[in-house]
Amino acid sequence: MTLSPINQRRLHNFCANRRAYYSWWLLVVLFGLSLFSEFIANDRPLMVSYRGEIYAPIFNTYADAEFGGDFQTEAQYLDPDMQCLITTGGLESCFDDPDGVLADAADGVVDGTPINEGWILWPLIPYSFNTVDTQNVNTAPGAPDAFHWLGTDDQARDVGARIIYGFRISILFALVVTIPSALLGIMAGAIQGYFGGITDLLFQRFTEIWGSLPMLYIIIILSAIFTMNFWILTGLLVLFGWNALDGLVRAEFLRARNFEYVRAARALGVRDRTIMRRHVLPNAMVATVTILPFMFIGSIGTLTTLDFLGFGLPGSYPSLGELGLQAKAHVTSPWLAAAAFFSIVSMLSMLVFVFEGVRDAFDPRKVFV
Amino acid sequence: MSPLLKISGLSVTFGENRAVRDVSIEIAAGETVAIVGESGSGKSVTALATVSLLPEGTEISGAASFNGEELIGAPASTLRNIRGNEISFIFQEPMTSLNPLHTIGKQMREAISLHQPMNKADEHNRILELLHKVGIPDAESRLPAYPHELSGGQRQRVMIAMALANRPKLLIADEPTTALDVTIQAQILELLAELQRKEGLAILFITHDLGIVRHIADRTYVMQEGAVVEHGETAALFENPGHAYTRKLMEAVPGGAPAKVPAGAAEIMQVKGLRVWFPVQKGILKRTVGHIKAVNRVDFTLRKGETLGIVGESGSGKTTVALAILRLISSEGEISLLGSRIDTLHGNALRAKRKDFQIVFQDPFGSLSPRMSVEEIVSEGLGIHGHSGDMAALVDATLKEVGLDPRMKARYPHEFSGGQRQRISIARALVLKPKLLILDEPTSALDMTVQLQIIDLLRNLQAKHGLSYVFISHDLRVVQALSHKVLVMKEGDVVEAGSVDDIFNAAQSGYTKDLLKAALR
Repeated sequence: MTLSPINQRRLHNFCANRRAYYSWWLLVVLFGLSLFSEFIANDRPLMVSYRGEIYAPIFNTYADAEFGGDFQTEAQYLDPDMQCLITTGGLESCFDDPDGVLADAADGVVDGTPINEGWILWPLIPYSFNTVDTQNVNTAPGAPDAFHWLGTDDQARDVGARIIYGFRISILFALVVTIPSALLGIMAGAIQGYFGGITDLLFQRFTEIWGSLPMLYIIIILSAIFTMNFWILTGLLVLFGWNALDGLVRAEFLRARNFEYVRAARALGVRDRTIMRRHVLPNAMVATVTILPFMFIGSIGTLTTLDFLGFGLPGSYPSLGELGLQAKAHVTSPWLAAAAFFSIVSMLSMLVFVFEGVRDAFDPRKVFV
Repeated sequence: MSPLLKISGLSVTFGENRAVRDVSIEIAAGETVAIVGESGSGKSVTALATVSLLPEGTEISGAASFNGEELIGAPASTLRNIRGNEISFIFQEPMTSLNPLHTIGKQMREAISLHQPMNKADEHNRILELLHKVGIPDAESRLPAYPHELSGGQRQRVMIAMALANRPKLLIADEPTTALDVTIQAQILELLAELQRKEGLAILFITHDLGIVRHIADRTYVMQEGAVVEHGETAALFENPGHAYTRKLMEAVPGGAPAKVPAGAAEIMQVKGLRVWFPVQKGILKRTVGHIKAVNRVDFTLRKGETLGIVGESGSGKTTVALAILRLISSEGEISLLGSRIDTLHGNALRAKRKDFQIVFQDPFGSLSPRMSVEEIVSEGLGIHGHSGDMAALVDATLKEVGLDPRMKARYPHEFSGGQRQRISIARALVLKPKLLILDEPTSALDMTVQLQIIDLLRNLQAKHGLSYVFISHDLRVVQALSHKVLVMKEGDVVEAGSVDDIFNAAQSGYTKDLLKAALR
């Protein structure tokens, strides 16, 4: 792929901004990793060897009975009984004293008889965002320890795992909200600004009424009617998010529509749609690119706020806002507050640095060395 | 007699860029000294540097003493005392030099009270006296007026009145007449000369216009690329210019005439009874209560290879005529191009015709999309009009034709000088091979030497392609150099029309005579 010279220049400008450049790569790596959260934090092992056969529980569901258990339900790999069964190849004695048998099995021999040795390969964090750890946590919220590096929340769920999944859902949510609301806002603003007159007048009144609807109350009312989920929440935020850009783009188009180069384009016979896209929009882009980060970060903020207030995503979703809510409820467990604070702050700062870099790179008059 | 202002060895550096190099200038009391040079020669920077009005981060070295007092490196309080009090300024653009949110009276009052507090009644009388002195009629009633209610010439008069408020010894005038119409220009220059005689004022006059310099300056400094290349008594300098650059500036006067139109040339455009009235509406029901008559009645015909010059001062409706011919604003009257009516066409039918008539605008900074490369700008029209074949080669050829290096086509407009941008504008229009080119003040924002190059280019293109031009300008010398026929417009009316010889040698109307007198001094 070859870039046009202006895009090469923009890329160069962006790379010259070290802070933005490193933040971008850090974000890409973190987001890339978080897309594979299931391989980093999961309560199902990546791989299991049982009686010489390899199983991949992360992809497939295996019944308890397949590993020598009693039930047809899914195997609980965190259960010491199950761990004992897998490593010893299904010894009956595991049901009585799993810890003793496991310790004895370390040398490959239990009670004088050699066993069919097996092993379990765990992800980095052997808990998913919704795993309730009943083994190693006595009182929830549990303080950080060897099992839970960042502690657990009040339902004995691993905070580290929840942050990883929460980061992923925050970024995805922001992307899914920002892109359509930016497109809507630009289109609405462009039409108002370029055509002006009565179109502009009517549209303006509409956006004024629309913009004065209290978003939070509407979401609270709707959350009482529907069970909130990712897509309903996204739709609502898009509906209320587009007019952040509308006024700005409208102003840019109003200003630009009488520019001589726009007149020249009309004299050339360029269609209105093309003039808007090719001549006016690029000049409205700096304004748009300046506002976009606020929309992006704002939608993460809104999601966090709603979760914090309890009107956002249901509790089954991992969410940073909900972590904050727990921190508020359990002030004696400072690791919750620290985890929520640092994860949100570092995520938002990196995003701001990146967007700042993008904005400056689009500025044709800014010179970078 | 020791000089009033003595600048010696002044250098100004913005970062890497040395804007002024080792400049020495002396001005005696009551003398008019002019600094001439083209844009970027450092003439304004020199004046601003002497009173430390440059942005921070500029390095100034050298010395400048005013009445024996050193200005470079002087404390801010000393400078404030001298600025506006002993040394006053008038700038080029009277609209932006006055604060649009304050009345004339208030701004005048501020200028006075800052340096010489006095009681209300005295202040009021002083303001009226000043406004009277600069020739504002009925000064009393103009005090509550806002800057936008005054004409350009009146605004410049108010600026001068403010500059004179504290009886300065030196007036620095930075292109004070450039933005004004020629007849107004003449009045302002006369006013300055008269004030100087009466008040014994020294004037440092910064301009690019040699005609003005010759008229008013006692001594002249010629600047090029930050350095003074020549200076001396104005008369002697004009008589016998020593430096090649000075000679080049003096020779930069448009002259000559366009090639004759061949007999029996085909008719390209015919305009009959063109009228543009903007309705003035009032009330909720949008009743039309009157009209702003931008253009009243324009008729002309234009043959292949012929140029029609449209002359007039600002507000005369000449640009409105251009926009109407281009069908960019609605108008009444018949417009025919190549024998077919275009005033009745709309939408796609009109769009298809557009490749035959193109426009070049005045402002080389505003007429190019800042975010498109030169190649994108020039080739845009080709795409629309379904040009098949090698677009890149055609763009290269057109750029070469207007005197630009095709290798520069990946660059963006802001990397080019004013003259180069105007060439890009011409290339954009020319690439479609139009029959008619409408040129709306294409040379007025350019330096004189660059103007000449553009005029040459336009003449060559006309000779080569048989183009017809509608050439709109307030500059009579340029119009004379390019046109076959001339329309003189005033306030929307055609005052006089005829061949270029008739208009320039045997003008009938008084207005045309005034214009000619002011312009061809």
